[in-house]
Amino acid sequence: MLAEIAKEPDQLTNAASVKRLQLPSSTGKMSWILGSLLFACVVFSACTGALSISLAELWEIIALKLGFIQETRVEEQKSIVFWVIRLPRVCLAVLIGAGLGIAGASLQGLFRNPIADSTLIGVTSGASLFAVFVIMLNVKYFSALNEWVGVYGISFVAFVGAALTTLLVYQLSKITGDGGVTTLLLCGIAINAFVGAMTGLMTYLADDAQLRSITFWNLGSLGGANWTSVLAVLPFVGISVFFMPYLSKALNLLVLGESQAGSLGVNLKVLKRKVIILATLGVGASVAVAGTIGFVGLVVPHIIRTAFGPNHKTLLIGSALAGSIVLTLADTLSRTIVAPSELPIGILTALLGTPFFLYILWEQKRKRL
Amino acid sequence: MIEVRHVGFEMRNKSLLKDISFNVQPGQFWAVVGANGAGKSTLIKILSAELSPTSGSVLLDGKDLKKHKLRDLAKMRAVLSQQNVISLSFTVQEIVLMGRYPFYEVEPTQKDLEIVEVCLKKVGIGALKNQSYPTLSGGEQQRVQLARALAQIWEIKNGVLLLDEPTTGMDLLHQFETFHLAKELAAKGFSIVAVVHDLNQALQYADQVLMLKNGRSYAIGTPEEVLNERIIKDVFGLPVKIVQSENLSYPVIVPDVPMVSMDY
Repeated sequence: MLAEIAKEPDQLTNAASVKRLQLPSSTGKMSWILGSLLFACVVFSACTGALSISLAELWEIIALKLGFIQETRVEEQKSIVFWVIRLPRVCLAVLIGAGLGIAGASLQGLFRNPIADSTLIGVTSGASLFAVFVIMLNVKYFSALNEWVGVYGISFVAFVGAALTTLLVYQLSKITGDGGVTTLLLCGIAINAFVGAMTGLMTYLADDAQLRSITFWNLGSLGGANWTSVLAVLPFVGISVFFMPYLSKALNLLVLGESQAGSLGVNLKVLKRKVIILATLGVGASVAVAGTIGFVGLVVPHIIRTAFGPNHKTLLIGSALAGSIVLTLADTLSRTIVAPSELPIGILTALLGTPFFLYILWEQKRKRL
Repeated sequence: MIEVRHVGFEMRNKSLLKDISFNVQPGQFWAVVGANGAGKSTLIKILSAELSPTSGSVLLDGKDLKKHKLRDLAKMRAVLSQQNVISLSFTVQEIVLMGRYPFYEVEPTQKDLEIVEVCLKKVGIGALKNQSYPTLSGGEQQRVQLARALAQIWEIKNGVLLLDEPTTGMDLLHQFETFHLAKELAAKGFSIVAVVHDLNQALQYADQVLMLKNGRSYAIGTPEEVLNERIIKDVFGLPVKIVQSENLSYPVIVPDVPMVSMDY
């Protein structure tokens, strides 16, 4: 007759009498694949460097520390390199990668825009401005305090800058707009331009020594990694990565449009605030210790979306894992490629990210045709 | 049950709606008709609590719409709006499952998945279940959205369904089926308010018709009372004839203008 529909029973079938319905989900598969890949990358990164550590030696170093074996033939030097230099650096790369990845994915969801990332809400530019400001003052007036202020002062001030700028963007969007996401995006662009100009002005006034610090900071590096910086970043990224997945249902609904999401119970104002706070925590802390590392937050969610689908439940966790993988590898490369010197990691992520990003775009187009 | 009391809506000192009052009883299918810009979509947005009226009030189950929590509203009424552009490649099943989001926390239960199944079949897209939404045609996408709205209120007693031009882009068969489905839901006790463009469909399916003109309710009542030649001419500016064919059980509205002459 007329339709496939007319004859279908409307009653729910008795659950026991039919096969269990399954929702095809790639979350489990994804966690498994990316989790093992991350583990492999961490081991690889820990073993690679100026002083090479073999897998057997790595095992002995760890087993000795944990008390499984009493003595080892591995030189003390390697053990120290591993525990004091290598491991904290790898841990920092994992944390920062996770923070950047999950922030990028959630902001792309919030803005419903695939080119959004944490730079848009002012986190990065705000951190840069404040960091540059400190570098300028530091070189000029506080050279005596250099050691202490130089390392932790910049991190702390950069985090404050990230938080303040994001707050400014957020408040401005509330005053000027109707609470929609587009206004937030536009305010972000405006404030970014302004903060960028301020940073530019300071760069213009800077002398050679200051310029060098500023440039190095802006390109990003994990060179300053130690257990203190790892412990400083851990709670911020931890909160971001732990709580963000709870927002995945709301971010999925936002795909339907702001008004439809509202009719399904999403309070956009609350969601916007939560996403921005969580993203700023993770990215702000990352930028504070490692400078600006571009492209990870932008590219990684695209990779996950292409490989495992757009559902935010998979996407958020996947982007955190993949961000860690990418940053661990990029950092390994950055400290080995021009050894004994180091290439700033921001250069590497952009250099490798761009062709890869274009490849993804091309692939997406090919799939659509 | 929806009770609309003297609702008005102003934006930038421009009155979009003024003094609209009507009651939707459970089991009724209301059609909102009117020319472009008459305020139909604004009215749907007010009924769905996306906009709040600048004067008057809307009561849902006897309680002011503003006093309902968003989350609770999501468990009472579903909304299908005009614009449904999705660029991410969610599957049809995932989209329809979104209608169940208000009802589960982390993982969908068997019941949620079964409701999704039934709703997919109800709108005739069971076969498209695993297809990617952006690859579907406009009419198919609209049916997916309808299934999503349906899944949201499927097991709600006296649920409310608000539809803003539900049949946009659908072919003839599926337009028919959508209205058929709406009637069926109304018969089960749902309250349905739909913006309808095709006056013939309003005449054929609606229990009550609200005719808007420039933000005011111009006529209100049964389709036969509201959709007559005089009112349609006044509101749309087009003379029409209502024809009762002996082969049809319902009358048909046709434009009453001379055919365009081609030999000038």
